[in-house]
Amino acid sequence: MTLTAEKGAPMKGPVLGRRRLLQAGGFLSLAFALPLGDVLAQTAAPARPPLPGSLQTNRMLNAWIRINADKTVTLLVGKVELGQGILTAVAQICADELDIDMARLKIIAGDTALTPNEGTTAGSFSMPNCAPAVRHASAEVRAILLDLASKSLNQPVTALTVADGTITGPGGAKTTYWDLVVGQALEREATGQSTPKAASAYRYTGKSVPRLDIPAKMTGEPIFVQEMRPEGLLHGYVVRPPTYRAKLASVDLSVGERMPGVVKVVRDGSFLAVLAGREEQAVAAGQALYAAAKWDVEKGLPGTDGMPEWLTSTKPARVIETRNTPRQGGDAPVKTVEATYYRPYHMHASIGTSSAIATMGADGVVTIQTHSQSVFETAEAISKMLKLPREKVRCQHVQGSGCYGHNMADDAAADAALLAVQMPGKPVRIQYTREQEHRWEPYGSAMVVKTKAGVDKDGNVLDWDFQIYSTPHGTRPGGNPGNLLSARYLAEPFQQPTPQNGGPPNYSADRNGIALYEFPGHRVLTHFITEMPLRVSSTRGLGAYGNVFAIESFIDELAHAAGADPVAYRLKFMKNERARDSIVKAAEAFGWDKWRKRDGRGRGIGFAQYKNTAGYCAVCLEVEVNKRNGRIRVLRAVASADSGHLVNPDGVVNQIEGGLIQSLSWTLKEEVKFDDTRVLSEDWASYPILTFAEVPPVDVVLIDRPGQPFLGTGEASQGPTGAALANAVFDATGVRFRRLPLTPDRVRAGLTA
Amino acid sequence: MVAFKLNDKPVQVDVPANAPLLFVLTNDLGVAGAKFGCGRSQCGSCTVLVDGDPVRACATPVSAAAGRSVTTLEGLRENGKPSRLQQAFIDEQAAQCGFCASGMIIQAQALLDRNPQPTENDVRSALNGNLCRCGAHNRIVRAVLRAAKEA
Ligand code: FES
Ligand code: FES
Repeated sequence: MTLTAEKGAPMKGPVLGRRRLLQAGGFLSLAFALPLGDVLAQTAAPARPPLPGSLQTNRMLNAWIRINADKTVTLLVGKVELGQGILTAVAQICADELDIDMARLKIIAGDTALTPNEGTTAGSFSMPNCAPAVRHASAEVRAILLDLASKSLNQPVTALTVADGTITGPGGAKTTYWDLVVGQALEREATGQSTPKAASAYRYTGKSVPRLDIPAKMTGEPIFVQEMRPEGLLHGYVVRPPTYRAKLASVDLSVGERMPGVVKVVRDGSFLAVLAGREEQAVAAGQALYAAAKWDVEKGLPGTDGMPEWLTSTKPARVIETRNTPRQGGDAPVKTVEATYYRPYHMHASIGTSSAIATMGADGVVTIQTHSQSVFETAEAISKMLKLPREKVRCQHVQGSGCYGHNMADDAAADAALLAVQMPGKPVRIQYTREQEHRWEPYGSAMVVKTKAGVDKDGNVLDWDFQIYSTPHGTRPGGNPGNLLSARYLAEPFQQPTPQNGGPPNYSADRNGIALYEFPGHRVLTHFITEMPLRVSSTRGLGAYGNVFAIESFIDELAHAAGADPVAYRLKFMKNERARDSIVKAAEAFGWDKWRKRDGRGRGIGFAQYKNTAGYCAVCLEVEVNKRNGRIRVLRAVASADSGHLVNPDGVVNQIEGGLIQSLSWTLKEEVKFDDTRVLSEDWASYPILTFAEVPPVDVVLIDRPGQPFLGTGEASQGPTGAALANAVFDATGVRFRRLPLTPDRVRAGLTA
Repeated sequence: MVAFKLNDKPVQVDVPANAPLLFVLTNDLGVAGAKFGCGRSQCGSCTVLVDGDPVRACATPVSAAAGRSVTTLEGLRENGKPSRLQQAFIDEQAAQCGFCASGMIIQAQALLDRNPQPTENDVRSALNGNLCRCGAHNRIVRAVLRAAKEA
């Protein structure tokens, strides 16, 4: 995706358009050419110094920053804009470190032919990986430019000052960045030796600079991939099988070929698709083909209500000891408390269905505009699917509707590519129907958590035992075509690889499974099941939502059992100072101590440091429960957030608040429904989400830590919110709900049980 | 051939009469504002004004627009600049991904045209049929109230 801040109007927003996006970067006035191979091949060698963030694996300075002859600067990053504001945040940092107006910056993000490869934009890694790289690369480029200026002005570097790219020496001698860079000055590796500025010297960083992408979105300038309509495009429609494992037994292709506007019907094994001149024609022909097709359908899904039992009774592929710290000595517990929690499958449920445009050029290169979070790895997977050399597939990120993880963006890119190679020279556009998106996206896995605590006579935890039962949380393309939906249905199908519970402990299904509280004995086991009744992949927070819901519900149960205040009880076991701060600040802002109980009302708190390494967040909620009909009304929400050094305070507030509201939606309403063959949640009526009338006021308290590392924020508030809600409902009703979502039916049943 | 006014300019398109208005706007007439979200009148991302009334363009055949006046997000701009309502959405940073914003702004414009000084509750109920997945709801409500106040 390409963003340009408009010259002379630093905060007024970007100039961009689909024409530029389609010019494949050709609009840039490049000071240097960067060979494609460099971008792809830069890897760290052991002898070289370690560099901050993604500079470590993309070490060339001109891979990140180019000084252009037209008095602009191009910033290239591998992380992409998902609506989380990352591009604005890194632009703030770059402009500050380089001493230029933000208006001079052009940003190119996530283009496999142009930008550094920073892997996937996910897991709250963008700020910790991309921001330090941009910061250090910018600081180093500034130092190089000052050095050049010192030579050209014949003045020591210490005598020079910089303002918006103009370098001034004693007596008013001047030069500019654009005058200086004529050669190969930035074609070198970063050294990591430059010193970034002190927080106090920043002009943009730390301020709520308005997002660069927002004006276009509010005025109807094309900016989303869903809005791109290149000349001469064809509309594609993929006919999905009725169920996951159904096989296409037979179909009369002429049923589709006869329909108005149809250009081509494609069948490859059980992959069936149609191309037409008009979108509604493609849809109509696709649906006619579906009706005409005969499928062999398998049964065997556990069904919505059978899922908790299925998780605990299916043999896991691995039982992982995520943590095992036995208690050293001491008395036996006087009591053991146990509980079982369940979170169902959730959808990403993007408002805009996934979309992509692919074109096979005369040079045989398939260029795909996609809202994928992982353009590099998805390009690789698609090249293997198409049996093309890697360099024949180029992915360019263009913003899409918010995705909240691995939704169908990559599938749409793959489908567009599968059809584009059938019609060389023609752009092929895919946009799924709502039903296709709802029924086929990879959901956030359902999970069971069984907890057990041995407590002393005062109810203090001695031994904490936490057992997670989950299917995978990561089936991103990762360079493997078997992870692309349609590739599994081809005549020569690609098998889906067996997913791993990726990363270090506490990372995937077990993400946030290790409570940050310090208990004398602490064990976490992860029962990792690789069978997947429903398709699953990374959904905002991975296992953290289910695990934090369980941890923070259970500690609340223990506090109540001990007759202790839930905030005070948590602080007893929390040694981490920043975590304590976060809990205390949220409770204070909520008015925890002054709060008075009224009939039907309750308050609840939840806390987590995301992944135990990213942003800290505590959430307090007040609810009212209608005991007759089981309806929960959330009256207000207060959250605290410590994301380290704040780059864009309003951006952090926006992420925390948005995550909190999305989590209320999950917790109050959402569950993917399915029977023994297929998913039944196929639209917004069968899978409702939170609406305006149900959204409470949300207050976010920020804790700034100038000079501390940048911490990711986008997934910090969901877990704490889910638990705070269940805890508040308990406080209001005296009934503990351990199975989500907390629908009126479930609450009513619980209250009358 | 269907003829109507689009953002104050007359347009004529040679398309099937039952084609959804949304597809004609986006595929034939170059409109970016209105967006496909569900095609089932459930989410509001395709909302446009037809003779001033908010209409779900995904579920409206283009023939229903014949002879009428259709306004999309781009049509709210005043001399190429954001309208007061659009500027209020920018000032309140009323989005995360911003995909829902077009439908929200159009729906809110219809409310303000009818009720220039709405209460917060009026805004919430007017927008209740428009879905936002990012949780930008409170910012969106603030933006609408701000536009009303600045009027
Ligand atoms: S796309 Fe028309 S209401 Fe959803
Ligand atoms: S801002 Fe993303 S759907 Fe509303």
